[in-house]
Amino acid sequence: MIDLTTPSVPLAAASSAPSVGPLKATLVAALVLVGTFFLLVGTVGIIRLPTVYNRMHATSKATTLGAGMIALAGFVFYGPGGDGLMALVTLAFLFVTAPTGAHMISRAAQRMGVPFVAEVQWPAEDGGEGSEGDEGDGSTKAD
Amino acid sequence: MASDLPATLATLLNLALVVSALATLVTSYRVIRGPTTPDRVVALDTIGTNVVAVALLFAMLSMQGFFIDVSLVLAIIGFISTITVARFVTEGDIIE
Repeated sequence: MIDLTTPSVPLAAASSAPSVGPLKATLVAALVLVGTFFLLVGTVGIIRLPTVYNRMHATSKATTLGAGMIALAGFVFYGPGGDGLMALVTLAFLFVTAPTGAHMISRAAQRMGVPFVAEVQWPAEDGGEGSEGDEGDGSTKAD
Repeated sequence: MASDLPATLATLLNLALVVSALATLVTSYRVIRGPTTPDRVVALDTIGTNVVAVALLFAMLSMQGFFIDVSLVLAIIGFISTITVARFVTEGDIIE
């Protein structure tokens, strides 16, 4: 006989459904709020900033931190082990890969010849005119 | 199934889902209007990260843990696509 009372997705019903107490709910709510705030900051950065290097400076840090905070909220929500461990793996993976991807895109943009913002130049590679590379150093290394 | 959540937390998760979806929608402006190709790649990478956040929020809202695996796979696919486009733009070839 087929038991009709079991839900249609038995695997999910068996493994999840953690109990949510008030402390856990408060912690998850705080982490989700911080994460959503950083997602918004990254979005404002990608719309408002002038060149591609500034934009990836904003998004690669703010958006990664936002999604990382939400992954940490998922770890708190599901507890250590099983799905919570997968949330922690997601957090570690985001923190490793997002700077790597942004670095490769910024190097590709520099090789394509995408111009920097005005009065910023590449730090002198062949010992030549490095006179005011001091000033542009911070903005050029937008990873 | 979402009735096990406290009502405040469920409301907050719904709100965070709405904000993340709106952020993704606004980011697509840079995909369409971006002056250069790296602008579009950066915007698509940001959209991928936002979708990872949306999958994580939905995993908490629906209390179904396998959506966390979905977010991990989305993060992996986003990283691979970013690396692939960067290699294609610079070297004109992906696998030599």
